[in-house]
Amino acid sequence: MPLLESLKVLHAVRTDRQVVVPTMGAAREWMTLGIHPLDLVYAPSAMGQAPLLGLGIAIAQPDRQVIVMNGDGCMLMNLGCLVTITAAAPRNFVLIVCDNAVYEVTGQQLTAAAEPARPGALPVDYCQIARGSGFREVHEFDRLEAWKSAVGGVVAARGPTFVVLKVEPVTGGAVPKSPAPAPQRAIDFAKALQST
Amino acid sequence: MITGPEIVTELKRMGITHVVWLPDSTLGQWEQALSSTNGLRLIRVCREGEAWAIAMGLHLGGARPLVMIQCTGLFESGDSLRNAIFDYGVPLFAVIGYRSSLNLSATDSARTFTEPNLKSWGLDYRIVDAPVKLPELAAYYNSCQASRRPGVVLIGEGKM
Repeated sequence: MPLLESLKVLHAVRTDRQVVVPTMGAAREWMTLGIHPLDLVYAPSAMGQAPLLGLGIAIAQPDRQVIVMNGDGCMLMNLGCLVTITAAAPRNFVLIVCDNAVYEVTGQQLTAAAEPARPGALPVDYCQIARGSGFREVHEFDRLEAWKSAVGGVVAARGPTFVVLKVEPVTGGAVPKSPAPAPQRAIDFAKALQST
Repeated sequence: MITGPEIVTELKRMGITHVVWLPDSTLGQWEQALSSTNGLRLIRVCREGEAWAIAMGLHLGGARPLVMIQCTGLFESGDSLRNAIFDYGVPLFAVIGYRSSLNLSATDSARTFTEPNLKSWGLDYRIVDAPVKLPELAAYYNSCQASRRPGVVLIGEGKM
């Protein structure tokens, strides 16, 4: 499904108390929908660390749901974080992996998990990895209508929750740019987080 | 040798709420004390780079986190600490086990590269290599927090 359309589905149900931490292609597209004070657009990023950033927020703010939107390349860079997350058992945490099977922002090179990059090998199943890492809720959607029908329940469920969205690469999708100086955004985000 | 109860007393004095850690054999002896203290939560990571991102999230959420890892984990942490401290300006603080620093006859590249690594990042640090120096931890942490600067305390350790 198209990445932006899949993000619009989440955007439509997102509440004013929820934190959203998007990174890579998801960050770039999410910003086109407008920026909420509780969005922490993770650009610039340390690739692979977005779920941990979100975990820290979720632990510090247990009454507030935190939704992280990660890329599949980012996920592969730090699969161990899935175990770190479930060890902390954050019921207010949702990790969405936008899986397009390529490193989109560098020119759509295949990830090691992409089927064409694995001739003769068995496929990689992110959901199985998440289940094996101890996630309570695990979902995968490859059709927009199915994602639309399920998103409310998926986000409302007790976490930690893991979701794979099978999305298409965005042609020419560039590296997301910080929408404002990052240190000031961090300060503004912390104020919004701690005052609302 | 600094004991678990001693380090916990110091961390409580500093107002630390969360310790994000991956232990070595010295720091690891503090696990019981760190994990059983009211008001202090121990968060275990799988790789040290994760600790900085979690600590950043905790800080933004209003907590007072501390990263606790070995110097080898500092080497692993590069991109994550770069992003949190230098891209976002989050003044994180870390206690880092300084492997082999108390045994100068040891051939250990972990010791060789620890201080140059911190200097290359421009990270200020203090060395606590005896229990009597432990109060320097809180003093240094407080000065870093007051000036919104990151900081590191290296804990002296014997030969690996």
